[in-house]
Amino acid sequence: MKLARLIWVGLVFRVKELTRSGLFVFTAVIEPLIFATLTYYLFNAGSKPETVIYSALGAGMMGIWTSTLFASGGAISWQRWQGTLELLVASPPPFLLVIFPLTLGSATIGLYSLTATLAWERLVFGLPFDPVHLGQFVLAVPMLIFALGALGLVLATSFVLYRNANALSNMLEFPVWLATGVIVPLSLLPGWTSWIGWTLSPTWGFRALRNSVFGGDVWGPIGLSLALSTAYFAIAWVLMGIFERRARERATLSLV
Amino acid sequence: MSSVRIFFIGGAIAYRGLFNWLSPWIFVPTFLVAPVFQILLFVYIGRSAHAQSDEFYVVGNALQYASIPCVFAMSNTIAGERFQKTLGYILATPAGRLPLFLGRSLPVIANGVFVSAFAFVVGGLIVGIHVPGSAVGSLGLVIVVCAASCTGLGLLSAALGLRVRETATLNNIVFGLLLVFCGTNVPLRELPGWMSFLSQGMPLTHGIEAARKLATGHSLGSVGGLIGAELLVGASYGVAGYVLLRFMEVQSRRLATLETQ
Repeated sequence: MKLARLIWVGLVFRVKELTRSGLFVFTAVIEPLIFATLTYYLFNAGSKPETVIYSALGAGMMGIWTSTLFASGGAISWQRWQGTLELLVASPPPFLLVIFPLTLGSATIGLYSLTATLAWERLVFGLPFDPVHLGQFVLAVPMLIFALGALGLVLATSFVLYRNANALSNMLEFPVWLATGVIVPLSLLPGWTSWIGWTLSPTWGFRALRNSVFGGDVWGPIGLSLALSTAYFAIAWVLMGIFERRARERATLSLV
Repeated sequence: MSSVRIFFIGGAIAYRGLFNWLSPWIFVPTFLVAPVFQILLFVYIGRSAHAQSDEFYVVGNALQYASIPCVFAMSNTIAGERFQKTLGYILATPAGRLPLFLGRSLPVIANGVFVSAFAFVVGGLIVGIHVPGSAVGSLGLVIVVCAASCTGLGLLSAALGLRVRETATLNNIVFGLLLVFCGTNVPLRELPGWMSFLSQGMPLTHGIEAARKLATGHSLGSVGGLIGAELLVGASYGVAGYVLLRFMEVQSRRLATLETQ
């Protein structure tokens, strides 16, 4: 019960906090619209305009990752800048359980991105949005959020130890879009990149979401996404233990 | 003589002071790795959509990425001073404003040129595009012009930074607009008329077009008009930025908003 309350309060707090940030609202809402516009014209200009509809959903999913990436990375950095990181580390619950709802909240904000993008494409470009499996789509969305939150959690652990790790956020936006096949089919990429994509839980989360909209197996990707997310949680648990101890030993927690 | 010192030495010192946090740990992922992945992303989207050639995306995105160091860094020359509580001291000095602000743009342009050239070379090598050896010098010139042009826009953004506190948000919007409007990834003829019309007044549009022509074997002389247009657009933004900066400075003193975070 205490754990559920911790996660719920952390999640609500994080969502409220992020919606107060102009930069984050831009990242979550405006940037996905820019990419949605860009991909629409880009795919429309190509010789396969029928792929425009696929790119429309892809642009929405890109926005969810962007939100998660910047806000999950920022979850630790912002606590550090505000001087609350040490207090959170010293609080009775395991630090990972304090941070997890924050990354989950970041991914939840990504719903803004998905909704804004789909609405933008419907209203501005007249692209239809008629999921083949509406029920499974509704289920696939929280699964994707969980997958992204878990990946964000693994990333966030590095921020405890490395103060400059937020530069990773600048670097990881495009590679994950590529590796997870959110906008470009994995078959187009060099073979070795598929292995990376398959180990990323959002790859399966995105696939589940796409299949729920355009048709195809949804349960298999959801299962894989859930299994990988659980593995990420375990990895984050171990990493957080190591990084937290090292940060305490080096006395770097409060250094900005 | 004093103005020359302020321009060169003052500009270099200000850049070092304002960007002391720009360690290799931040520089490499942000300015060297990210643009290469931006190029790769659009190259693969282009292949997936059967749209343009790889060269089209390498040239467009490498040049467009100059806007990150140029626009962000230039506007940070004001926002950074305010954050460090030194803006008031800077503006209280009798130093001429023209060398004071323009001097800060030189290191910014140099950084933009390096980032853009690096992305062009590495992105091009990874994707495997061919650029005629004779075009290398001319392409270098276009990269310098584009970086200078973006810095002009950055000066305008810096001026707005005296009124708009969320400069990072503003610059992100500028970056996104440049990505969509300037023909970076979509040919201007494929955009709606009003978008391609607006793009004519934006930095990078003409520079990117010139670079694409040079990369396909056109001579420097044949793209002289485009380079001139790029310079004109950049200079216009620079002048507008400087005028707005002076106006905002007066307003900030009058309204006592100079140090407001």
